[in-house]
Amino acid sequence: MIEIEPRGEISRTARVAIPVAAALVALALAALPLAFAGAPIIPAYAQMFSGVFGSVFSFTEMLTRATPLIFTGLAAALAFKARLWNIGAEGQLYLGAMATVAVGAGAIDAPPLVLVPLVMVAGAAAGGLGMLGPAWLKTRFGADEVVTSLLLNFIILIFVQMMLEGPLKDPMGMGWPQSEPVVDAATLPRLIDRMRLHAGLIVALAAAVVVHVALARTTWGFRIRAVGENAAAARHAGIGVSRTLLAVGFISGALAGLAGVSEVAGLKGYLTTDLSPGYGYSGIVVAMLAGLSPMGVVLAALYVASVFVGADSMSRAMGVSSFLADLVVALSLISVLVGGFFARYRLRFTGRGRAGT
Amino acid sequence: MMDLLQIFLNESFWVASLRIATPLIFGVIGALLCERAGVLNLGIEGIFVVGAMVGWMAVWQGASLWMGVAAAAGAGALFGLLHAILTVPLGLSQHVSGLGITLFATSAASFLYRTLLPDVTSPPRITPFQPMDVPVLSDIPFLGPVVFQQTALTWLALVMVGVVWWVMERTPLGVAIKAVGDNPEAVNAQGLSVYGLRIGAVTAGSALMALGGAFLTMSAFDAFFFGMVNGRGWISIALVIFASWRPGKALLGALLFGMFDALQVRLQTEAGAVVPPQVFLMAPYILSIVALVIVARRAEYPRALLKPWFRGQR
Repeated sequence: MIEIEPRGEISRTARVAIPVAAALVALALAALPLAFAGAPIIPAYAQMFSGVFGSVFSFTEMLTRATPLIFTGLAAALAFKARLWNIGAEGQLYLGAMATVAVGAGAIDAPPLVLVPLVMVAGAAAGGLGMLGPAWLKTRFGADEVVTSLLLNFIILIFVQMMLEGPLKDPMGMGWPQSEPVVDAATLPRLIDRMRLHAGLIVALAAAVVVHVALARTTWGFRIRAVGENAAAARHAGIGVSRTLLAVGFISGALAGLAGVSEVAGLKGYLTTDLSPGYGYSGIVVAMLAGLSPMGVVLAALYVASVFVGADSMSRAMGVSSFLADLVVALSLISVLVGGFFARYRLRFTGRGRAGT
Repeated sequence: MMDLLQIFLNESFWVASLRIATPLIFGVIGALLCERAGVLNLGIEGIFVVGAMVGWMAVWQGASLWMGVAAAAGAGALFGLLHAILTVPLGLSQHVSGLGITLFATSAASFLYRTLLPDVTSPPRITPFQPMDVPVLSDIPFLGPVVFQQTALTWLALVMVGVVWWVMERTPLGVAIKAVGDNPEAVNAQGLSVYGLRIGAVTAGSALMALGGAFLTMSAFDAFFFGMVNGRGWISIALVIFASWRPGKALLGALLFGMFDALQVRLQTEAGAVVPPQVFLMAPYILSIVALVIVARRAEYPRALLKPWFRGQR
């Protein structure tokens, strides 16, 4: 018989070692699909590595890719801390992106010092409202936020399509459903000459620090953790559980909205329906790899972005499908879950079955 | 108003309703089986994708249609088994594990597709299931075409509702599955295996979900496209709550949903000039949220849903 017994406190070392091990296991497992696709395994890994670390350009590309993932990872981490299952970051990202072009594509004429913050506030507010809705349906009607926030992703994406064929359509877009470009004054500056890396990364890092401090050092952060750990006990202790969940929902959505702002105002310059290759969903993996820690989110986002950029480069060089990256990211999530189990429990092999437990 | 009446009197509307409902029927009873045993399976969306991909790919590689169906169900069962192992004996978060399965299954299906068909711009087509023209019965006015001119997979869906209902309501196994979703400790005390029941239910439920995906590529359409599942798994999860975890109501919920969807397609062609088509495309998702909100307060979740149970603890 195998018995499962709790280990008690998880050590600091385990907290770091588990996600690292999970990431390595997931990367190692990628050898199977690589072999299936008939690619030479070692050169493929080498190509993935040099595709990220091989040049300054590729490295900044990785950082560019990590930027939205930090935002969506923070969105998931914050919400999950309070056990609010925000699975709608993908939709909230698009809401933020829509607000960006609504405000920043010529509607308002202002200097950058005014317009850039304005675009961010608008995008964050739009994303925040996108999760405030499901949070409210949960606290007011008891409707499961997993399903409502997931379904909202589809509604919002169709809404973006509608806007891009209607009020937000670029008349100069040659008929393509894309928005007008964001004006220069609303554009996030590039960080390095001739690289696509932009100031969105700085904002993302700042957001991680703010969320970290808020969670670790403020009574509000304490309330969030209390609600997440035991909502009934928190209510008993006089914490406004509904209010906390609504606030967490709004801020979580706002963080995801900022991912949209940063992608449009920092990278693409305009809005299309293929703005995000699933950053909202990858953000969940980032948050879980980070053990829901905001500073961990930054590291996990760098890892996930490396997988994407490295696999893209390998894919171009060797003709292996770039869906390999999605596979590795999904396997990382499953590995880190299993790793978390072994950190919390120890298996004991006993000689005989126990009767009457 | 007359237009609406005309839509309802047209048998093609009802044929379409049942056709649209079919993948949801598979999805809802699959999810129901998992949740009744106490396990939420958010892997459903990815398992739909796997079912759609594998069933169609198997047929394109030379398997018969029914072998394709079996392959789809088997692939779905495998991903379900993984979810079951993660959430039952390991007791990991059902939310996160399920989302992990969806990401894993979706990317695995996409990778497989691209690896087996590296150079195609549009996927090859197969000869899908054809409507079953049953002599005599198909000629019954109205009911004939609606029920008897569907494909075999729609029939299979209806049969599976009956099977799941029969198992859940009329067999000791069903009693045990429901008990394990409400009070695993009591089931354990009776000497039954909590792990075995839960793992079995999740694996079987996942096979049913995969059939919902297979219907898309092998009956509704004749090829696999990215994004073709399009939230049908999530809608199924909403419909299970709407159906209060009962097979009969689940069938009803899926049929109602199919009706609304068929209706919106027809209204779209009538009102397309005035209202943007996207308004109608949004309708199914909005409808699911509304249905969820209406029943949320009254919903009686299986009592042990989401709660892990460990042997030998407590």
